[in-house]
Amino acid sequence: MEENRFVGKGIVKKDADALLSGKPVYADDLAPEHCLIVKLLRSPHAHALIKEIKTDIAKKVPGIEAIYTYKDVPRGRFTKAGQTFPEPSPDDRQILDDRVRYVGDPVAIVAGEDELCVDRALKMIKVTYEVLEPLLDFTKSKDNPIIIHPEDNFVAKEGNGTDASRNLCASQSRGEGDVDKVLSECDYVVEEVYHTKAVNQAMMEPFTAFASKDIYGRIKITSSTQIPFHVRRIVARALNISKSRVRVVKPRIGGGFGAKQTAVCEIYPAFVSYMTGKPSKIVYTREDCFVDGSPRHEMQMSVRIGADKEGRIRAIDLHTLSNTGAFGEHGPTTVDLTGTKSISLYRNLDAFRFSSEVVYTNVLSAGAYRGYGATQGLFAVESAVNELAHKMNLDPTILREKNIVKEGDHLANYYGQSTESCALDVCMEKVKEMIGWEEKYPYVKTGPHTVRAVGMALSMQGSGIEHCDVGSVQIKLNDDGFYTLMVGCSDMGTGCDTVLSQMAADGLGCEYDNIIVRGVDTDQSPYDSGSYASSTTYVTGQAVVRACEKMKQRICEEAAALMNLSAKEVEFDGWLISEKENPDNFMKLDDLVTRLQAGSGSIIAVTQSYSGEVSPPPFMAGAAEVEIDLQTGKITPIDYVAVVDCGTVINSNLARVQTEGGIVQGIGMALYEDIQYTPEGKLRNRNFINYKIPTRLDMGQVRVDFASSYEKTGPYGAKSIGEVVINTPSPAIADAVYNGTGLRFRTLPITSEKVFVGLQEKKGNEE
Amino acid sequence: MYTVKNYVLAGSLEQAAELRQKSKNNVIIGGNLWLKMGHRTIQNAIDLSRLELNQIEEEENGFRIGCMVTLRDLETHRGLANYFGDIFQEAVRHIVGVQFRNEATVGGSIFPRFGFSDVLTVFLACGSEVELYRGGRVALADFINMPLDNDILTHMYVPKEGRKICYESFRQTETDFPVLTCAVIKKQDGFETVLGARPKQALLVSEVSLSCPEKREERERYARQVAEKAEFGSNMRGSAQYRAALAKVLIQRGLERLMEEATCR
Amino acid sequence: MQIELYINEKKVQAEIRPNMMLLEFLRSRGIRSVKQGCDTGSCGLCTVWVDEKPVLSCGMPAARVQGRHVTTLEGVQEEAEEFSRFLAQEGADQCGYCSPGLIMNVLALKRELPHPTAEQVKEYLAGNLCRCTGYQSQYRALEKYFELEGGN
Repeated sequence: MEENRFVGKGIVKKDADALLSGKPVYADDLAPEHCLIVKLLRSPHAHALIKEIKTDIAKKVPGIEAIYTYKDVPRGRFTKAGQTFPEPSPDDRQILDDRVRYVGDPVAIVAGEDELCVDRALKMIKVTYEVLEPLLDFTKSKDNPIIIHPEDNFVAKEGNGTDASRNLCASQSRGEGDVDKVLSECDYVVEEVYHTKAVNQAMMEPFTAFASKDIYGRIKITSSTQIPFHVRRIVARALNISKSRVRVVKPRIGGGFGAKQTAVCEIYPAFVSYMTGKPSKIVYTREDCFVDGSPRHEMQMSVRIGADKEGRIRAIDLHTLSNTGAFGEHGPTTVDLTGTKSISLYRNLDAFRFSSEVVYTNVLSAGAYRGYGATQGLFAVESAVNELAHKMNLDPTILREKNIVKEGDHLANYYGQSTESCALDVCMEKVKEMIGWEEKYPYVKTGPHTVRAVGMALSMQGSGIEHCDVGSVQIKLNDDGFYTLMVGCSDMGTGCDTVLSQMAADGLGCEYDNIIVRGVDTDQSPYDSGSYASSTTYVTGQAVVRACEKMKQRICEEAAALMNLSAKEVEFDGWLISEKENPDNFMKLDDLVTRLQAGSGSIIAVTQSYSGEVSPPPFMAGAAEVEIDLQTGKITPIDYVAVVDCGTVINSNLARVQTEGGIVQGIGMALYEDIQYTPEGKLRNRNFINYKIPTRLDMGQVRVDFASSYEKTGPYGAKSIGEVVINTPSPAIADAVYNGTGLRFRTLPITSEKVFVGLQEKKGNEE
Repeated sequence: MYTVKNYVLAGSLEQAAELRQKSKNNVIIGGNLWLKMGHRTIQNAIDLSRLELNQIEEEENGFRIGCMVTLRDLETHRGLANYFGDIFQEAVRHIVGVQFRNEATVGGSIFPRFGFSDVLTVFLACGSEVELYRGGRVALADFINMPLDNDILTHMYVPKEGRKICYESFRQTETDFPVLTCAVIKKQDGFETVLGARPKQALLVSEVSLSCPEKREERERYARQVAEKAEFGSNMRGSAQYRAALAKVLIQRGLERLMEEATCR
Repeated sequence: MQIELYINEKKVQAEIRPNMMLLEFLRSRGIRSVKQGCDTGSCGLCTVWVDEKPVLSCGMPAARVQGRHVTTLEGVQEEAEEFSRFLAQEGADQCGYCSPGLIMNVLALKRELPHPTAEQVKEYLAGNLCRCTGYQSQYRALEKYFELEGGN
C-alpha cells in the first residue's frame, strides 16, 4: 500500500491562521452591528405556575421592540435535543410555558435595541407565581406525588419506557443469562452504589446565536452549534413552520463538548426575528451557561460484580438511575451508554443485566457531555472492578488482564456487535510501563505526611451511532484542479475539517492545500447528523473516502471520453489521467477542467453519504499518580498517563490534543468540579469563581501515547477518539486515593475535606 | 454590572473626599474587578488613578504603600521581598492570574475587608496601619472591626520591626479562594498568628505564648490553643470543623518553616 | 462621556457610557480578537495590554484608560507570529477562543521575563483558562518558544 502523505501526520489545522491571529470568525463576531438584543427573564422558583405576567410597563421602555410570554408563543411541544428525527427524547418543551420547572427557566423573551433598555425592561416585568413544592431529590422522583410534566400535550416516544405520570423520562431492562444465580455462585462479589453529579462543559465560548429574516421571508440563524441540521428542524417545529423556511449557518465555534448538541438558545432570536422581521441576537453570559445550559446527567449506579477464585469475572449487574432534570433532552439515550460502554469491556460473562430509569426533577435539564453516559457508567463499573480486585488481593491490572475483551470477541452489552479491532491489552501494558506501576503500586511514602499512589482504569466508547448517524460530503472539482470539500459535520475546534481534508487529499492524490473546506450552511451543505457520538472521523470520514473513489472514477470517465478511450483504459494518479497501455498519452487535471468548463462534458461534483452498520469501540487505558497529604487530605495530581487505541491515527497532533484535553476535563470532574444547589433548588455555582475547572496549575503532568489497531470498517482503519478520552480519570483517581489511604470514594468529586474526614474516622476506628 | 451617572478622574484627594462625603452613592473605583460583579447604582464613580497613589516608598522605618498600588506591584517589589522574604508574593500569587493582579489594588483589597482576602491576612501579619484621609493612621487590627464609612484609604503603612513571617494558605485549586489563610509571626518578644478566610476576615491571635518552639509538642500545643481562639464557619468551600483542623496543621507548618528559617516555598 | 486614547498606536476619540468596560468598547470598535468568556474576571480571554501591562479588559473601565495606550492582538501580529506558529504546529489551536488572550499574555511574559523558567511560565499564565487542550500542547509550544530546558 502506498504510504499516505497526509493521513497519520501532524498536519496544521485549516483554520490555524484565522484563529491564532484573532480574526472575527465566531458567532458574536459575525452578528450584524444593529440587531435586537434578546434576553430572557428567568424564574426564581424551582417549581411554580405563572398566575399572571404583566409586561405593559416594561414594553414602554424606550428602545424595546417586543416582549413575549407564554401567551404569545405557539403551543405544541418539541424537544431541544439534537438527535436524528424522530428523536428518542420526549417532546416536553415549549418556547415559553406557564409552568416553570427549574430556577432559571425562561419566563419572558425581551428584545430591544440595546442591552441597556433590555436590562431595564427585564426589571419591570411583573410576574405573579403560584409557588409549588419542588422535587429536587432524584432518588425520590419516581412515583412522587409532585409531577414535573402533568401537561396533556407531552409526547412520549415509543420504546423508551416513558411515563410522565410517574416522572419517568425513560426506563428499560435487558440482560443475558441469570445474573442473580451466577452472582450467588461467585466466590467474590462486590455490591456498591456510585454517584456522579451534574458537570458543566464550561466551553470557553458561551451559547450564542443570531437570526434574521431574509428577503424571501425565511429565517436564517447563525449559531455556535454542533447540530446545524437538527437546529433547523427544531426551530421549524417550534415555530410551526416548514423546515424549508429555516436556514442554519455554523461559523467557527469556541468549543462545545456536547453542550451545543442541544438547541439551547437558538429558538429565542429565531422567534423574535420571525415575529418582528428584524435581526436579533442572544449571547448567553457565563452565568446563563451555568443556570440554563445542558450539563452532564447526575447519575446513581448500583453495581454488582462477581468473580470466581481463578479471577474470572462471571457476572455484572448494573442499575442506573439518571436525573434528566426538568426536561428530557438526551435522557433516554445517555443512560444507555452507562451499560453498553462499561459491561462490554469484559469478555465471556456468564450473565449480565443492565436496567435503567431516567427521572424528571426540578433542576436544570441535563444534556450531552463528552462521554454521554459512558463516563458515569465507567466510573461505577471500573471502580467496582478495582474494588473486586482489592477484595481478591489481586493487582487490578492482573484482574483486568484475565478478563478484558480481545480482538474478535463478542461484546456483551453492545447490540450484538463484536470488536474486530482491539489493542486494549497493549494499551494497558504500555500504561503500566509509563507510570511505573510495578514500582509504585499501591503507594510510596514520600514524606512525613505524604504518600504517592497510583490507580488505573479502562475506557471504551463508540464510533458514531450505527444505522442512525449520517455523514455526508460533497466534493467539487474546480479550476486549476483544486477541490471544494463541503461537509455537514460541525468542527467545534476539534479539527474535523482538517482531518477530513487530510483524508480527501490522500484519497484524491492531491496536495492538502488543494482541498478547500466549506463551513456548514444547511442550504448548501450535504446533510449530516452533526458532531456528536464521536462520529466525524469515522462516519463522515467514510463518506469522504467513498466520495474520493467516486470522484476519481468520474474524472477517469470524463477524461477518457475526451481522449476517445473507455474509462477502464485510463488511470488517475492525482494529477495526470493517462492511458494505461500508453502512459505518454495523458491529460492534466487542470486541462480537463478547462475543457469541461468550455462545454465538452459535465462539471464534476460528487455527493456521498455514509451511515455505519457498526459502531466500533475505541479503547483506552489510563493511570493516575496522585500525591495525598495525610494531614490535610489534599490530593495533588502528579502524573497521568494514557494509551489510546483509536484505530489508525489520522492526525497525530490533533489526536494527542484531544486525549490530553479529555483527560484534564476528567480530572476536573474527579476532583474539582462540584455542582451544588440550595435547598430551594437554586444553583450555587454560577461562575468560574465557584465552579473550578482545572487551570494549568491543577493537573501535573499528562503523557499520552497510542496503540493502534486497524478497523476495517473505518476510513484508513480509523475509529473515533472524541469521547473515549474523558472516561478514565475518575475511576483511576478514585482507586489511586484508595491505594494511598485505604479510603474508597464512590461519589464525585473527591474533595480534600472528604479525604480528611475519612482519614480522621479511620484513625478513630484504629485507636 | 453597576450603573454610573458620572465617571470622575479625580484631580485631587480633596475632590475625591468631598464627593465621598456628599453621598454613599459616590464610590471609589479601586481595581474594579469585585465592584463590577455587583449591581450598585453609582452616582459618581471616583477614579484615583491619576493621583500618584501607585507608589511603594521604602523609608527607614517602614514601607508606605499607596492605595492604587496593584497586587502585582506588591508581588514583584524588590524592597518588600528583601525585607520580608516572599510573604507578599506567597500571599498574592494564587489570586486568579497576573492580568487580574495588574488591576486589583491594595486599597480595593483592604478597604472592603473581605473575609476571603489573602491580602488582608498578610498586611495584618506585618502589623500594618491604614492611612485614612480624614481618620489618619489606624492599626489594621482595629480598622478591620470598624464599620465601613465614607473615608478614603490612601496608604498602607508597613513597619520594619524585624518580624519573621511565614505565609500559608489552603485552597482546593491553585487559583481558588482560600479555604483558610494563615500567617505565623515571630516577633522579638514572642509569636503571633493571623488566621483568615475563616470564612470571616483575618483575625490576629496574640495571646498564646510559645517559648520552646523547637519542641514538637509545644508547637502542637500552640497551634491547638491558637485555633481555639478563632471562630470558624462553613460555606461552599469547607466546613467549620475542617477549617479548625486545617488551622492547626497550617500553624504548625508555619512554625516549622520559621524554625528552619526557610522561606515559604 | 468623551474619551481619547490610543488603540494599537492609533489615536481614537469616542463617546462612551460611563460604566463601559474596555472589552465592550474594543469590540464595539470592531476589534474582535478580544473575547468574553466569563463574567467574573476568571478566564483571561479578554487580555489586552494597557501601557504594555497585561490586564483583563472586562474589568478595566474604558474611562480609566483615557490617554493611555491599549494594545490588542491586532496590533502585534508580527510579534505574535513566532509563538502562533509553535501553537499551530502542536495543533494547540483547537477552538481558538482562548488563543488571543493567551498569546497576549505570552508576549507580555516574554517582555517582562525574556528567559523564564518552566515554573515561571506556568504561573504567569495561570489566569488563562483553556477547556479544549488540557494545556499540554500549549506547554509544548511554550517550551519551544522560550527554549525551556527539560520536560514538563
